[in-house]
Amino acid sequence: MKWDFTSVFANTDALLAGAAGTLRIFAICLVLGLSLGLVVGLGRYARTWWFYLPATAFVEFFRNTPVLVQILWFYFALPMLLPFEISPLMAASLGISLNSAAFSAEIYRAGIQSIDRGQWDGARALGMRWAQAMRRIVLPQAIKRMLPALTNRAIEIFKMTTLASAVAYVELLQQGKLIASLNYNPIEAYTAVAVIFLVFLWPLVQFTYVLERRLKRDE
Amino acid sequence: MSLLRVTGLTKRFGTNEVLRSIDLEVRQGERIAILGASGSGKSSLLRCLNFMELPTAGVIELDGQPLGRERRPGERIYRESELTQVRQRIGMVFQQFNLFPHMTAVGNVMEGLRTVRRMPKPAARIRAEAELKRVGLGDKADAYPAHLSGGQKQRVAIARALAMDPEMLLFDEPTSALDPELVGEVLGVIRNLADEGRTMLLVTHELGFAYHVATRVIFLADGTIHESGTPDEVLKNPRQERTRAFLASHKQYSL
Repeated sequence: MKWDFTSVFANTDALLAGAAGTLRIFAICLVLGLSLGLVVGLGRYARTWWFYLPATAFVEFFRNTPVLVQILWFYFALPMLLPFEISPLMAASLGISLNSAAFSAEIYRAGIQSIDRGQWDGARALGMRWAQAMRRIVLPQAIKRMLPALTNRAIEIFKMTTLASAVAYVELLQQGKLIASLNYNPIEAYTAVAVIFLVFLWPLVQFTYVLERRLKRDE
Repeated sequence: MSLLRVTGLTKRFGTNEVLRSIDLEVRQGERIAILGASGSGKSSLLRCLNFMELPTAGVIELDGQPLGRERRPGERIYRESELTQVRQRIGMVFQQFNLFPHMTAVGNVMEGLRTVRRMPKPAARIRAEAELKRVGLGDKADAYPAHLSGGQKQRVAIARALAMDPEMLLFDEPTSALDPELVGEVLGVIRNLADEGRTMLLVTHELGFAYHVATRVIFLADGTIHESGTPDEVLKNPRQERTRAFLASHKQYSL
């Protein structure tokens, strides 16, 4: 057989729309996932039960169910419980964000725990409250240590966005499927999708290497 | 009038009782050296005084005001706001310095003023630079802790505590983590503070320094005050057998 990308190039518009959709849901899930993850991670670290228990339940629930199942559930089942419709973007963002929050929460917790107890002592001896010590002293140091792991999480989120195609959200894989079924060229269509992901992700992965090297140098 | 009065202070970690019903009174301007073997409870005693550790039992009064309130007989509870107030009034200096590595020297000294006292940045900076000058580090304001020697780090930590205008200072083995040649510069700074008449409690192995600077020496053993008195009484003519044994084992830190 022969590779023939003409039908893919003829659909550049569709792929661009898909790339835009991928970037949009990635941005939403990155912000939601990492910020909610911080809250949950603080809960996992906290000693007060009303913060610790819900955070732990959250992490266990979302780590132990597949993201794809969560997205399908949010899309098909959740509207039964709500007075309004759920769009494909909402369902997919919810699933991916909550799942990422659960995983990044563990990164935050481990990062916070890695900070020497003496830092807490130093902060509290000045009269800082828990939240002040966390915000001013512990988190700035912990986040720096967590950066490589959080960047890895960002890469995972980027790849997870393809799951949104399961609810027909317009993103790269969804558009690839569309092109493949219209032109009977799955080989070229999915190759194109894979190459576009590679182009987006390769620099991000290089960035984590740089971060890790810099971190080693600083410590 | 006593600045700090401790009655029946007891601290347990699980089943391990590290402080057993300690009574202690600290008057304005007193300098108390706390001696004792490792595990005698001297660090725990210090850490209970500014509530870095919560006492299991006993009452601590600051300026005649008992802290916390009794929930059940013998058991007190403390509000966080009350404890953060107390910690501003009682400064602490640690064996391992505990400087904030992501801030410069002056940033470390400003931190309490900025975050806790809400002081505007320029005023905090001026105050912090004055404190650094006082410990002889006026030229190191913008250096990060990683670029300072152990002695310099500890002096920054002292400046950081002083910036909060504490009524009392707690030193928890401030020279134990230092190379011998750096001990002197830190002791010199503490001696200056003593000469200013500051109230301080000092856990130390530097017997000579305790002898010359302290107004009172306390020897802790098994979580109780085993012997207490003037430096001459405790360090030169100890009455208790265990104090004598301890002093004999610390010959390298001679008077």
